Amino acid sequence: MKNENNVKIHVSHLKKNYGKLEVLKDINVDICEGEVVVILGPSGSGKSTFLRCLNRIEAITAGEVVVDGNHIDSKKIDINKVREKIGMVFQHFNLFNNLNVMQNLMLAPVETKQMNKEQAKAQALQMLKKVGLEDKADAYPSQLSGGQKQRVAIARSLCMNPDIMLFDEPTSALDPEMVGEVLQVMRDLAADGMTMVIVSHEIGFAREVADRVIFMDGGYIIEEGTPQEVILNPKEARTIDFFNKVL
Amino acid sequence: MTGLITEYGKLLLEAMGQTLIMALYSLLFACIVGLFFGMLSVLKNKPCNWIAQIFVDVIRGVPMIVLAFFVYFGIPYAFKSIFDIRFTIEPLQAGIICLSLNCGAYMAEIIRAGIQSVDIGQMEAARSLGLTYWKSMRKIVLPQAIKTMIPSIINQFIITLKDTSILSVIGFPELVNTAKSVISITHDSFKVWIIVGVMYLIVITILSKVAKILERKLNHDEK
Ligand SMILES: Nc1ncnc2c1ncn2[C@@H]1O[C@H](COP(=O)(O)OP(=O)(O)O)[C@@H](O)[C@H]1O
Ligand SMILES: [Mg+2]
Repeated sequence: MKNENNVKIHVSHLKKNYGKLEVLKDINVDICEGEVVVILGPSGSGKSTFLRCLNRIEAITAGEVVVDGNHIDSKKIDINKVREKIGMVFQHFNLFNNLNVMQNLMLAPVETKQMNKEQAKAQALQMLKKVGLEDKADAYPSQLSGGQKQRVAIARSLCMNPDIMLFDEPTSALDPEMVGEVLQVMRDLAADGMTMVIVSHEIGFAREVADRVIFMDGGYIIEEGTPQEVILNPKEARTIDFFNKVL
Repeated sequence: MTGLITEYGKLLLEAMGQTLIMALYSLLFACIVGLFFGMLSVLKNKPCNWIAQIFVDVIRGVPMIVLAFFVYFGIPYAFKSIFDIRFTIEPLQAGIICLSLNCGAYMAEIIRAGIQSVDIGQMEAARSLGLTYWKSMRKIVLPQAIKTMIPSIINQFIITLKDTSILSVIGFPELVNTAKSVISITHDSFKVWIIVGVMYLIVITILSKVAKILERKLNHDEK
């Protein structure tokens, strides 16, 4: 899987502080094209912060993050162009409340790529179909269930034709009966070969879909490997401790 | 009473017109001032935040009557004594400057609070899709912020309309000043002030009703 040529995201010596609080201490990882990486770890360990550093929604304190050859902290690159290629899905969906579903999906393609409205609309419908919500095009976010909102949010990201998708606990805010429909959409994406970085507490899903599992704690990557290795046969004390509690 | 109205009604109505002209211009400029300083206060830039904060604090801390005297008398005097430049400001201009600054400062606070009331996730989602800060602001954050701001903005507009009466001190022929001249002729301050009070009441009531309808319409458009 790993080979120098198809590294999509390169992270080395990444540090992130909030004031005096060191949240990420020294993160080193390469993520390859088409790879599905699931990040596990206790709450407060820096998983979200790490994800948010990858598209510079959070400014990095030190180290480097290279996405598709772009040093995202460099003054020379246009971060907005880089972000167009990185979809992000949030725990609380963050659908645009002032826009209906169709407008949510059309906004970014029209505004950033100067795509014409008809094209954007056709594409939006196609993406809605992909997540099984073509009948909700005219609905406003407040009229959707949590599971539907998250599927729309994924479709919204897909409308930008991203190379990479970042997911920050996409199912944590959902009622249990809605988790499945969102995971199914993600499973389909993984099967399509999308490069995905997923922060999740869905251990079963991680075992099934992940090419690699990363366990984080206290601002470090403690252990990484296949789901088999990390989840079923962890080596580090902190990893063993974590899975003893959650499994 | 009817004699008073037939005799001076037209004069008082014209004065009400002047009051409204001053208020409307001031509101227009106050929106610009408020938007400018409101945006400065939400930018992730400390000096910008400070500038906005200082502006708001100064305007809030100085009574408007003092501001009015300062703009109308103080500034022309300073130009005369320091640069030897002579000019006068019309009472209308001075009034509009004062009201715009005053109302603008409160508008800035309303706009800042409105923007901050929108979930930060809305901006993050827009930015993560590749939209610029200003585009995200314009397309996503401001439209949601304005809804929460409308009641406060209308309230501020009504206060500004009433504050035009303070500008009577610099001699602008708005309603209060005109009423004073009428009283100096008729000596009937009881009836004249009742008429003036009722005139303000009518205009402001109409404004409030229009505002209510607007607010309801805006909240109805979605959901
Ligand atoms: N904007 C912020 N300002 C200050 N501290 C923050 C901020 N965001 C996160 N933190 C802190 O950083 C640490 C890691 O947070 P986070 O990355 O959200 O962890 P996780 O997603 O693993 O639960 C926590 O201690 C949290 O309180
Ligand atoms: Mg988190």
